[in-house]
Amino acid sequence: MKQTRTLEELQALCKRVRREIVVMIGEAKSGHPGGSLSAVEILVTLFFDVMRHDPANPGWADRDRFILSKGHGCPALYAVLAEAGYTPLDQLNTLRKLGSIYQGHPDKRFLPVLEASTGSLGQGLSLAMGMGFAARLDDRPTRVYVLLGDGEIQEGQIWEAAMFGAFHKIDNVVAIVDYNRIQLDGFVKDIMEVEPLVLKWESFGWHVIELDGHHIPALQEAFGEAATVKEKPTVIIAHTIKGKGVSFMENNPKFHGVAPTKEEVQLALKELQ
Amino acid sequence: MPANTKFELKLGMATREAFGRALVELGRENKDIFAIDADLSKSTFTHLFAKEFPERFVSCGIAEANMCGVAAGLAASGKIPFAASFSCFVMNKGFEQLRVTAAYPYANVKIVGTHSGISIGEDGPSQMSIEEVSLACSLAGFVVLAPADEVAAKALVRAAAEHFGPVFIRTGRPKAPVVYSAGQRFEIGKAIEVIEGSDVTIIANGLLVAEAIRAQEALEAEGVSARVIDMHTVKPLDRETIRRAAIETGALVVAEEHLVDGGLGVRVAQVVAQTHPCPMEFVGLPDRYAESGTTQGLLDKYGLVARDVLAAARKALSRKTGM
Repeated sequence: MKQTRTLEELQALCKRVRREIVVMIGEAKSGHPGGSLSAVEILVTLFFDVMRHDPANPGWADRDRFILSKGHGCPALYAVLAEAGYTPLDQLNTLRKLGSIYQGHPDKRFLPVLEASTGSLGQGLSLAMGMGFAARLDDRPTRVYVLLGDGEIQEGQIWEAAMFGAFHKIDNVVAIVDYNRIQLDGFVKDIMEVEPLVLKWESFGWHVIELDGHHIPALQEAFGEAATVKEKPTVIIAHTIKGKGVSFMENNPKFHGVAPTKEEVQLALKELQ
Repeated sequence: MPANTKFELKLGMATREAFGRALVELGRENKDIFAIDADLSKSTFTHLFAKEFPERFVSCGIAEANMCGVAAGLAASGKIPFAASFSCFVMNKGFEQLRVTAAYPYANVKIVGTHSGISIGEDGPSQMSIEEVSLACSLAGFVVLAPADEVAAKALVRAAAEHFGPVFIRTGRPKAPVVYSAGQRFEIGKAIEVIEGSDVTIIANGLLVAEAIRAQEALEAEGVSARVIDMHTVKPLDRETIRRAAIETGALVVAEEHLVDGGLGVRVAQVVAQTHPCPMEFVGLPDRYAESGTTQGLLDKYGLVARDVLAAARKALSRKTGM
């Protein structure tokens, strides 16, 4: 599904996805709104502009793949998959309910279209490396995109995988760090500082692009640039705002893992008109 | 009556080497077979695969967590990855990854642990894996295999490749006594009755199969007919063979090179409790760590030789007859 959508269409889609996120988490009465809202432009740009995929043929062997390593951001992924036509839009509000295909964290058993079951942080980049390695050996055009949280990269396995990617020259993998600067217990800088982030990834042998993660043209350009980088993987450090789009959630650590009340959902929807 | 000198138990190939050689054969037959290693390929024998199929050998460095994730990523792309390291490293350092990226999505990943148990010898407890059978069995959906010798290891590595789903194979460092002749058939989940017997049953796997055979020979000299079963598949257990042994012999010994808590023994006991309760005894490692030493010296000191199996069998028999 290589689509040609205007910037306005993509931006409108982002707004709709944000509304869906707020409503589904509100209905579920639990979940992670902040890190779902911060990743919206990244996901929409990937699924509606960058990635080669086909909702009519999800098992297409040459497809590009996406792994949500920060699995708690799944409401954003669910909304995007539904908007893309993979899964039913009208079931989004069953999020986290018994038997729902929209599990609390991404679960391939319930949603086979997912490339990975995630939720335990630190593991998606290794999976992406395995997929990238296989695609290269099979001479497939497949590119693998993996979204990491900024808190998530405190996990040691991320850096094992980072070393692996550079050493094996896995240039069909692109990692995106959703750098919203907040994790569950508070601000990243106060819990376990991850700076200097660009230098870290560069020193691990990665091609690094830094951008505003809510600026769709910048994301489009970066994914295009990543596709031209050979012999090394690319990481996009995407500066984002936790809770983006809902004023009382923005930069508010409380909304890392707390659902909005009914009243808060209504307030948020007003802002997201 | 069972044959008296059927088994010479001459030292043969180590099960880790049998794995490495079997993997090369599989690699020739199937281009989707991969070997993945964490800087121990000369010890795990994946270096043989690396030499013949360098493009399908994935070096991960000393990073077992990433290795398990990479294996899962390869499996998600239709490959059949065999990730190998010492049992203690891959299972302990990779456990979380095996849980979330192999077991939970039921990935077609094969994990091969070498240097299992205390028989690795001089390297000592930090390298001795005495708990990984318990860990592997606790991963939902995993098949857990523990071959006794070269023939068993080669056959079970092949069976693992043919089985879709996550598998853990437990192999050892030292040369393993030869139990089977070439051509012996192995099936996942189907135990092998190595020796027939009617008074007591000894269920073992890995190196302890040979010790069980030696114990059986001693029992036979005392006029006791002991059945010896190789439980090469710890999960899924061959419940029917266990049930039948409990009914037909009325006394059981389970012997393994693993902590008695959480290994084969407790799993067999569960089946016995559910089907036909009878006296049971257990040969395995107590609740502590071993030390450096020779393979034979360690097995002897920590109670994992024929003498110990024999004593356990006598005890089970005496409980059965109330003497």
